[in-house]
Amino acid sequence: MKYRYLAAILGAACGTLAALPALAGPTLDAVKARGEIVCGVNTGVAGFSAPDSRGEWKGIDVDICRATAAALFGDAKKVKYVGLTAAQRFTALQSGEVDVLSRNTTGTLTRDTSLGLNFIAPNFYDGQGFIVAKKLGVKSAKDLGGATVCVQQGTTTELNMADYGRANKIAFKPVVIEKVEETVATFFSGRCDAYTADASALASVRSTAASNPDDYVILPEIISKEPLGPMVRHGDDQWFDLVKWSFMAMLEAEEYGITTANVDEMLKSNDPNVKRILGVTEGMGKALGTSEKWAYNIVKQVGNYGESFDRNVGANSPLKLDRGLNALWTKGGLMYGWPIR
Amino acid sequence: MAAQPGETGATAGTPIPKAQRAVFWNDPRVRGIFYQIIAVALIGGAVWWLASNTIANLNARNIATGFHFLGREAGFEIGENLIDYSPADTYFRALLVGVLNTLRVAVLGIILATLVGTIIGIARLSKNWLIAKLASIYVEVVRNIPLILQLFFWYSLITEFLPGPRDALNPMPGVFLSNRGLKFPLLAHEFAYDLALLLFAVGLIAAVVVGRWATKRQDATGRHFPTIWVNLGLIFGLPIVGWLLAGAPLTFNAPSLQGFNFVGGASLSPEFSALLLGLVIYTAGFIAEIVRSGIQAVGKGQTEASLSLGLTKGQTLRLIVMPQALRVIVPPMTSQYLNITKNSSLAVAIGFPDIVSVANTTLNQTGQAIEGVAIIMAVFLTISLSIATFMNWYNKHIALVER
Repeated sequence: MKYRYLAAILGAACGTLAALPALAGPTLDAVKARGEIVCGVNTGVAGFSAPDSRGEWKGIDVDICRATAAALFGDAKKVKYVGLTAAQRFTALQSGEVDVLSRNTTGTLTRDTSLGLNFIAPNFYDGQGFIVAKKLGVKSAKDLGGATVCVQQGTTTELNMADYGRANKIAFKPVVIEKVEETVATFFSGRCDAYTADASALASVRSTAASNPDDYVILPEIISKEPLGPMVRHGDDQWFDLVKWSFMAMLEAEEYGITTANVDEMLKSNDPNVKRILGVTEGMGKALGTSEKWAYNIVKQVGNYGESFDRNVGANSPLKLDRGLNALWTKGGLMYGWPIR
Repeated sequence: MAAQPGETGATAGTPIPKAQRAVFWNDPRVRGIFYQIIAVALIGGAVWWLASNTIANLNARNIATGFHFLGREAGFEIGENLIDYSPADTYFRALLVGVLNTLRVAVLGIILATLVGTIIGIARLSKNWLIAKLASIYVEVVRNIPLILQLFFWYSLITEFLPGPRDALNPMPGVFLSNRGLKFPLLAHEFAYDLALLLFAVGLIAAVVVGRWATKRQDATGRHFPTIWVNLGLIFGLPIVGWLLAGAPLTFNAPSLQGFNFVGGASLSPEFSALLLGLVIYTAGFIAEIVRSGIQAVGKGQTEASLSLGLTKGQTLRLIVMPQALRVIVPPMTSQYLNITKNSSLAVAIGFPDIVSVANTTLNQTGQAIEGVAIIMAVFLTISLSIATFMNWYNKHIALVER
């Protein structure tokens, strides 16, 4: 009898440890050998990452992976998307199930260190807010004392809400659900008085999931800083560089006015910056370990950051978010591309 | 006597000269030990390899390891807690809240599923055509739909179709039914209730003593004692007498609508109700079949013999059929109890903060997935092995009836 229990415990132990892969070689080599990038994305936040009506993944988080694929393979389509819940995402990246996690993830100190991950750069500056039904007559998050709040599991949102409640002496009653779709559905069913998430996600939910968007209001308080961006795991700095500079190229392209439409014309530009970005002046591609056409392919196939923003969450999308903090630094925002030289 | 072909020397009763014995590696006992050593070495090697590989990988990526995080501040809220909890408490306490929530749903689930399952199982054997058919339909429908879908069904039924707290249904004073759950009054704290509770415990113990004494006396003298009535009197009569003596107070702590939600009283949350409902209804389908098969496994002759000896129908079921049926019922029932406990881990899908939900949040905030999953497994292993141990003890206890 004793031995049977021992065997059960041993079996259980094996199960846990087997959760990590036997060997993890450098990510870049594995990606090159595979011929495609495995990209961890959200299971469905319109504008960030969600499959469209034809089943193609769209969103500004998706564009990070597409840009990296364009830089590495010259083809933005060489990406396999894996939808991850908030609770699954870090384990999936740590264990090598995905090569890059581009899933509206907030960069924090512990995530950057003890999780064994590296945060690349914010591709969206966000903050946490609350959405409530208009008929409740709530004007401020401070009026939410005693309210039941729906929240997705495994997010900084869960912690921020508790922090905000403690700081303002407000008691929230959370209903914590694993999947974002279920969480949103539960909120709209009336089970919760409020739903809390990043303000951009709230806008997305209001415009896509509410039966009548005008019945809901997003409260003015932004209770946290949420620099959202892609992450990779420790252990392959070259891969980190590639993802980082694929994103920087999108920012630089916007700053120098290079767009999908004019990129071929821009090849003839006399601006030395543009020449370096587009690989007319060689060297940048070699430094990254990819083709000199890397940034050209990004702009040609994915577009610059502004185009990606407008198409997915900005003026040309159902979300209609303002650029706000996400405008270029030259236009009063925080988006600041590092020099490509 | 000449040895038969195929009969080995070792089985014969007379000792055999040493020279005739096979060489030691052909000795089945030596071989058995040898294979066991190899098996243990292989398992041990595999575990060592996995462990060292994991640790090496974790170190290489600078991922924190160990259980130190249990003492750190959790920082997140938990919707339902049986013990006091706030975000300022430790991860350990948060996980404890989760464990208690799991136990609450598992224990209630096991009790209710046994009751419902037994009733449906007996109903399937009913001579009434309609009752038997309805019970069969119940079993077939419930067993063949995945549990997670049933949970979503019950949860959305509660949250979508019940009104909000401001228009809550109010079937009787103090009871409110809304999409925030069922709110009902709770007895306020009074000395009389404590006294009644104490007397209830005393009554329970007295009932066990009386039961033992009555069985002994009946075995010795054959005289019957009305145990059931006396015990019911002890268990329920004593507390009522105590309550009356203490002045028979009736004070309630009733729920009332304040701001967003009801305050005061007790409540059953939609998440808990949906989970319990789903688990009970699903598992009762399986238990019904176990009960049915157990009763049918007792030969018809047993019933006929019992009736012809002059036992009443009730006595026949209680004294002849059930003890024999239980021997068939208990072992598979154990698996169902384990299933309820394990299936309660689906709670996270509908937002009930069980151990899996809390541990998921914990491992997500700390990034220590291996430790988090190990805690979940240890908790379920402990609960499951406890249930199995108890049921095995009970099985042995009733198996003694066999002669």
